[in-house]
Amino acid sequence: MTPVPIFLEVNGERIDTHVLPRLNLADFLREHMKLTGTHVGCEHGVCGACTVRFNGEIVRSCLILAVQAQEGSVETIEGLSDSGEIADLQAAFRDRNALQCGFCTPGMLMAAQDLLQQTPEPDRKKIREHLSGNYCRCTGYQAIIDAIETTARLRAGRAT
Amino acid sequence: MTRKPANRDAFSVLDRPNSYIGKTVPRPNLDRLMQGRGLYVSDIELPRMAHVVFLRSPHAHAKITGIDAAAAERMPGVIAVVTGQEIAVVITPWVGVLSHLKGLKSAPQSAIAVDRVCWQGEAVAAIIATSRAAAEDAAEHISVAYEELDAVTDMQTALDPTTSVIHPALGDNLAFERNHDAGAVDAAFAASDEVVEAEFIFGRHTGVTLEPRSVVADWNSAEGRLTIYQGTQAPHMVQNIAALHLGLQESQVRVVCKDVGGSFGIKVHVYADEMATYALSKLLRRPVKFVADRVESFNTDIHARDHRCKGKIGVKRDGIITAFEIDDLTGIGPYSMYPRTSAIEANQVVNLVGGPYVTKNYRARARVVFQNKNVMCQYRAVGHPIACSVTEGLVDLAAMKIGMDPVEIRRRNLIADDAYPCASPSGLRFEQLSHHAALAKLIKMMDYDALRAEQAMLRAKNIHRGIGIASFIEVTNPSAAFYGVGGAKISSQDGVAVRLDAQGAVVCQTSITEQGQGSESLTAQIVGSVLGVSMDRVRVILGDTDNTPYGGGTWASRGAGIGGEAALQATKVLRKNILDVAAAILQSSPGDLDIVSNSVVNVSDGAPRIELSELARIVYFRPDTLPPGIQAELMATRHFVPREYPFAFTNGVQASWLEVDTDTGFVKLLKHWVVEDCGTIINPQLVDEQIRGGVVQGLGAALFEKCVYDERGQLTNANMADYLVPMSGEMPDIDIGHVVSPTMESELGAKGAGEAGTAGAAAAVTNAVNDALRPFGAIITEIPLTPQMILTALGRI
Repeated sequence: MTPVPIFLEVNGERIDTHVLPRLNLADFLREHMKLTGTHVGCEHGVCGACTVRFNGEIVRSCLILAVQAQEGSVETIEGLSDSGEIADLQAAFRDRNALQCGFCTPGMLMAAQDLLQQTPEPDRKKIREHLSGNYCRCTGYQAIIDAIETTARLRAGRAT
Repeated sequence: MTRKPANRDAFSVLDRPNSYIGKTVPRPNLDRLMQGRGLYVSDIELPRMAHVVFLRSPHAHAKITGIDAAAAERMPGVIAVVTGQEIAVVITPWVGVLSHLKGLKSAPQSAIAVDRVCWQGEAVAAIIATSRAAAEDAAEHISVAYEELDAVTDMQTALDPTTSVIHPALGDNLAFERNHDAGAVDAAFAASDEVVEAEFIFGRHTGVTLEPRSVVADWNSAEGRLTIYQGTQAPHMVQNIAALHLGLQESQVRVVCKDVGGSFGIKVHVYADEMATYALSKLLRRPVKFVADRVESFNTDIHARDHRCKGKIGVKRDGIITAFEIDDLTGIGPYSMYPRTSAIEANQVVNLVGGPYVTKNYRARARVVFQNKNVMCQYRAVGHPIACSVTEGLVDLAAMKIGMDPVEIRRRNLIADDAYPCASPSGLRFEQLSHHAALAKLIKMMDYDALRAEQAMLRAKNIHRGIGIASFIEVTNPSAAFYGVGGAKISSQDGVAVRLDAQGAVVCQTSITEQGQGSESLTAQIVGSVLGVSMDRVRVILGDTDNTPYGGGTWASRGAGIGGEAALQATKVLRKNILDVAAAILQSSPGDLDIVSNSVVNVSDGAPRIELSELARIVYFRPDTLPPGIQAELMATRHFVPREYPFAFTNGVQASWLEVDTDTGFVKLLKHWVVEDCGTIINPQLVDEQIRGGVVQGLGAALFEKCVYDERGQLTNANMADYLVPMSGEMPDIDIGHVVSPTMESELGAKGAGEAGTAGAAAAVTNAVNDALRPFGAIITEIPLTPQMILTALGRI
């Protein structure tokens, strides 16, 4: 196999490189970009630990090839953290202890932010449904739901 | 026994000003994990690091008649292909037995199979390459010739004379048997008004840690040292085992444990592929990384449970339980796991059945058999869900038989809260439990009577809801009785070293480990409280055998109770040492001084006398100004292990409220309650979250999780799409309450809380489903409670 050229944007940085066509986006981010906040839990699109934002939508980076990200824009947990976009959500996770081992957390935060962008004030049922593609084996989910609910409420309060 | 108020003389850490004990404070260092900047083993890269992929057996039981790796070795990027015989040069086999589990036997297990494979998924060759992808490519070009052997898969027939014996040298497929007979069981059954029997069946399931098992092993041939980066719960145990089988001194092995992506008991063992990775690093003289993929995780991470337990209960018409009897059978795969063995769960089942109740009449048999399936071993709440489901299932069946409310029968039989200390029918000693207080609190929290009324009202509308109650006991703070007495080099004591640094901050090294439970937080809370410094000045170092005191780690709900007490005692010494120096500097008496909010203050009026940063400056940089003869010791180390009780038992009770759709067989969990008693609570939020997480793992076992094997020993659902785990949408909110009975064995008084949730969740759900199905006369005593099973019980399919 021969590497092929790709160029894309990762967390706002222009990347111009070569990858093997079979390389998936998760491995590209982890191994080529050294952005190890994107976690690989199942490698078949079920657990949600590798969730990243691609052209504004959340995707499973284990189910996309790096070459498919050609000319696209990828945002990872590192990018969302550095921009401050989810600082309030992260603070709510901290206060509510909405993470234990932390392995699911980057994907969980990605999915939560996606929900809050689509639905400013989701109820608990809606939050639980939206996170159903993100597995957490430690918390039992309740603290995560609480933290997202709190963030939604605070954001709504700020907006009014 | 003595109930000594252990050293509560000088001061109580619980009452100090600005104490963090009993307070919800955020865990330190969560930002690292939330920003994706943690360091899990799979994130680690070292110079010259190679990647290993294991070629695994497709057969449950087969002879290996030949391995041809020539084509694979020629593949690009391949460094080596190593077979079982080749790796045996650097690593010796092991046998997973312990002497206190009398009669337990197992066969030698190798890092990579030699001549024969005993389960589908056992490694037959290691492919080491410059990338994992290259190693996986090469694995496809290895040709292994197998000669299939009979696979022993059904534990019910594993002991039949006609069943082939997996390890002929052992004589049969029986790994372990324990019998227990206490009181007068036959007479008690004869004197009972009713005797109820049932068989309880528990599916094999597994931990599904979101981060698969991972190891980076780095043999430095010049230093003669092996550094193992591994997400383990017990670094010193791994150090001991690696050294033992690689022919090294323990001082030649360093185990480093950074962030761990879930453990739950899965990562407290030493696996063959991990041993192989250590050995490959030594063999190839370079760092080698192994990260299991998800299919490998399902096929090789220890499985758990897989019990069939016949149970029998005798009851009088007034609800008094007269006796329990069980006959438990469990299948553990082809080898007893190393080094903790695979007999502990069955042993625990015998220990724990009937534990919450007064009756002393108890007979038990447990048999542990070999099978050609993946290895089975200790997973969160070892044995507890089995014992609790059997006990609480039998209690509900007895109540049903005599027409008594499930709460009332428990009230009449739970050990009285003022009856302690006392012993269980299996001989376990209880220091202080609180079953009645816990049950009373639970009933109030759930508004039991209102729920019963709602249930009756909805039944009339053909909506079938059920209430299930489950009382339980939990083994925590294990002493050497768990492993040490059986010869395992698994420490039951833990150590903490705490020191004041040159700017008056505190560095604390502890032998307990962190996998998200909050070990770091509880240690910092204790150190900060006892010393009188703010938590942000306390840095906790864990998970490094070169840089922490020797100790057990974090498992069996021991971190807070044992490691926490060591932290408390070490900090008391440091505090005394600081006050001695302060008194010398201030020409005062240590007894007149205290440390509050990072400063030495007068006890009398609280006036600040000297900041710790200033004291540290004098001690470290101007010791010449101290009075003659004063040598400051601003570092202290203490160790702790419980000595009076082998285990600090905790207790609790859970309730489930759910709805069964009698057309589809689906169970909807509506609400779950837990009241538990873990003694002193260091951080209420962390305790509650441990319990919630534990409950949800128990709910997974109750409703979804099962490793489905076919009769040939093939695991048919080894992926996350087919093996179901709880998702957020299906889980209920869980309300938690506490009763607090501190253990007097430590000054801290903390017991464990990590397994309470898992211990009773499945029992509560099963009892609730049977309660819901009561109008149909259907009773189910098997988990997971799948829709198919419920519809079958209802006669719908």
